[in-house]
Amino acid sequence: MNPLTSSPDGDAAAPQPGEREQTPFESWDRPRSPWLLPGRCRTPRRRTLLLEMVTRGLFPTILVFSIYLLCAGHYGPGGGFSAGLVAGLAFVLRYLAGGSTDPGALVPIRPPVLMGLGLAIAVGTALAPVVAGEPVLSSTKLAVPLPGSGELEVVTSVFLDVGVYLLIVGVVLDLLRALGSGIERDMRAAGEEA
Amino acid sequence: MRVLALVVAHLALAALLPLVSARSRRGAFALAAVPPAAALLWALAHAPVALAGGVSSTVVWAPQLDLVLSFRLDALALAMVVLVSGIGALILVYCIGYFADSPEAPRNAALLLAFAGVMLGLVLADDLLTLYVFWELTSVASFLLVGQSGETRENRGAAVQALLVTVFGGLVMLLGFIMLGEAAGTYRISEIVELGRAGALGGGVVTAALMLVLVGALTKSAQLPFHPWLPAAMAAPTPVSAYLHAASMVKAGVYLVARLSPGVADRTAWWVTVIVLGLATMAVGGWRAMGATDLKRLLAFGTVSQLGFLMVLFGAGTRIAAVAGVAMLLAHGFFKAPLFLAVGIVDHATGTRDVRRLSGVGDALRGTALISAAAAASMAGLPPLLGFVGKEAALEAFLAEHSTRGALVEAGVVAGSVLTVAYSARFLWGAFARKPGVPDTPVHPPGPLLTVPAGICAVAGLVLGLVPGIVDADAQSYARAYPAGPEQYELALWHGIGPPLLLSALALVVGYGLHRARGTVGRLAGRFPAALSAQRAYEVAIGGTERLATGVTARLQAGSVPAYLTVILVVVILLPGLATLIGGTWPAQPLFHAVLQFPFAAVVLLAALALIRVRRRLTAVLLVGLIGYGVGGLFIVDGAPDLALTQFLVETLSLVAFVFVLRRLPAHFGAERPKPRTWVPRAVVAVVAGGVVSAMAVVLSGARRAPPTVSAEYVRLAPEDAGATNVVNAIIVDFRALDTVGEITVLFVAAVGVASLVLAAPPDRRRRRQRDVELPRKDAQQDEEVVTR
Repeated sequence: MNPLTSSPDGDAAAPQPGEREQTPFESWDRPRSPWLLPGRCRTPRRRTLLLEMVTRGLFPTILVFSIYLLCAGHYGPGGGFSAGLVAGLAFVLRYLAGGSTDPGALVPIRPPVLMGLGLAIAVGTALAPVVAGEPVLSSTKLAVPLPGSGELEVVTSVFLDVGVYLLIVGVVLDLLRALGSGIERDMRAAGEEA
Repeated sequence: MRVLALVVAHLALAALLPLVSARSRRGAFALAAVPPAAALLWALAHAPVALAGGVSSTVVWAPQLDLVLSFRLDALALAMVVLVSGIGALILVYCIGYFADSPEAPRNAALLLAFAGVMLGLVLADDLLTLYVFWELTSVASFLLVGQSGETRENRGAAVQALLVTVFGGLVMLLGFIMLGEAAGTYRISEIVELGRAGALGGGVVTAALMLVLVGALTKSAQLPFHPWLPAAMAAPTPVSAYLHAASMVKAGVYLVARLSPGVADRTAWWVTVIVLGLATMAVGGWRAMGATDLKRLLAFGTVSQLGFLMVLFGAGTRIAAVAGVAMLLAHGFFKAPLFLAVGIVDHATGTRDVRRLSGVGDALRGTALISAAAAASMAGLPPLLGFVGKEAALEAFLAEHSTRGALVEAGVVAGSVLTVAYSARFLWGAFARKPGVPDTPVHPPGPLLTVPAGICAVAGLVLGLVPGIVDADAQSYARAYPAGPEQYELALWHGIGPPLLLSALALVVGYGLHRARGTVGRLAGRFPAALSAQRAYEVAIGGTERLATGVTARLQAGSVPAYLTVILVVVILLPGLATLIGGTWPAQPLFHAVLQFPFAAVVLLAALALIRVRRRLTAVLLVGLIGYGVGGLFIVDGAPDLALTQFLVETLSLVAFVFVLRRLPAHFGAERPKPRTWVPRAVVAVVAGGVVSAMAVVLSGARRAPPTVSAEYVRLAPEDAGATNVVNAIIVDFRALDTVGEITVLFVAAVGVASLVLAAPPDRRRRRQRDVELPRKDAQQDEEVVTR
């Protein structure tokens, strides 16, 4: 689904394909990439182009960094909680730069589903050792052979961290949904300027 | 013994039943009848072992917590299985015809089967906690079955009343179970009863525990003063009433009393309570049945009365009473179930259950009338039916005591029997007789699926009456647990002409006389004093609770953030603050241990001081963030990168969240300065709370007396045990992983709760917003009012 067409009040800011040549001068800097600014675009007067461009570069980098923190947590500063917060803040940054967008349009999964998935993974990791006759929440090291470069050592408790990570990302997205878009919607309903 | 497998099979099939219902609703009920029938066959196959003393099986569930699932099949359990599974299977067959293709069928099929499973578990449980779990599950099943689709107010009210009363009793009973189990040192029911028989179960704690257990038994079996939920539960479909509210579930309380009585019936508190309330229930139930005009309510009050009778028999604690109890337990199942089923047939065939409108139905429904007559005769205690055999034994039991207690109880039982005879006659007359002045009710004939199950039940009552040896074997096996009386007693049709037979005859004659005078009696019974009505007491209690909750909420949730904060801070000052002041000692700590702490401390302090003077909300939020970052810096100085990282991230996120919310708030805190009367107390509370928290931090961090062995172990174990060089993370995901799982669960719940609160604004608020849009904007003050609300 193209989020551009799904905007509640599709204003003129949404560029149509093929219109690129005839773009009037005053709207040449309107965003075209759906992945950056889905949904409604704020009025040009209130845009911060600088922030948008920085976000465009930073967003994937922060996500990669959050995954690094997730994996490195076992050996250095990091872990699922911090990594999830970092990834969540990346989405916050996007939201701030992209204006009044529904983060649901950014991530195809709804935040509560993400939270539930995280919780399910964490609880699943907790219960999985029972199948092998071990106590709940016990962990073990797995050596995953990597072709050509030896072995990758994985501690099973990292899956718990993955669950925490997803849950935290979900919580932050939910916060964006509730306090960000939700309050904006309320403000629109109250006739205030969003 | 495969009890657990049997119970689980019931539940598993119940879960799968909707798939069958989607294809054939009749087939679902037919399939649902299979597990109870299998359970009955299984129990009958084990009858010899069961009668010889019982057979147990135990499934160890969580050995660390001493939690086991214990089951035991003995004589009493066998009798209950016959009722639960035997009558259950028949009623499920009856349901094929009763529900036919109604849209209610799928739900009822699954629920009835699930109920049969948990009820089976209840009667076979030999562990107090196992029993408790099944006990509450039956309450839940009853709630769902009475409530049905929840579309009518009557169903909902009755379901809630049944649930509240029985679950209230259940919770009280759980308290009693735990006290009893701890006092006895075991939760095994058979062992507790053995201890009681050996006289090793003494003390006030046990008596108190037994009284609490009795509350559970009395509520479940609808004894005075908890009885009104049972007549109200007649809002359920008739097969449900027949199964849950006549044959099986309401007997759970009686069953529990019968289960514990061998060990505890010699306690005065136990038998006095059971017998007095039982007799009172017997009388009240019988009397109210005389005034009922709805056939189902008539039978429901009859059930209340009979349950009281059973309570008296099992609470008496003598061997003959116990024999009579088992006989009446079975008899009641075999006569009350077919009576209910017959009401269902009459209702189906004529469309009414009102005795004032039914007339001449007996001629049209000869088979049903015959079945009902046999069942009602058993209820009234006519030979040669099982009800007669049981009642003879009951009358003999209290005569044989040769004591004042025996004489008093005997008088009560005879009075109850008189009423029983009267309402049995009233039932037959009301359902089938041709009444003068009432036109014959039009009838369309019922199918054999309806009549045959009812007939089998009634015939069972007749056969067991003619061959009393079968029930006698079971009853004697159960009664052996009681102290032996001077003489033996066997269940039999003919004991010779003696006082019991004469009292029986007296009850029959007087009872029939009462029925003849039904006009006067009905009017009197209908005029029950409202002040004494237990139903009214229930309503007053529920209404009072609601009013209390509303009042308390209105007081506590005043809607003022300063008020909330004041309450929280004052509690912090008074409880942990005072405790620290009294118990704590100021540790001898250096003021600082790194020069770098100074700049961060300065930032935090300056930001905090500036915060007091700030008038803009946004500035205040930024300053709060600054304090957080400063604290994060202090963490880094102390060498805690993980903590600092989390602190920075959380601080950033809360800053963003604050800013989001600030969009809906005015830019400044209040236009004018608050009056000193307002701000001085607030400032005092804030300053004291801040001081207390700081002091607590210092005192508590210096309170360590022993060296931190746990931390050292964590550091030692982390690399080898958890495969982590980061100890903090090893603690989070490995050593204390259960905490982590708990914390993220809390986070999940909190996030969902906050999102629903913000996103799901009440509709009236929405409407108000929209109106605000349409009308000219109001001044800012009113707008803020909307926001803060």
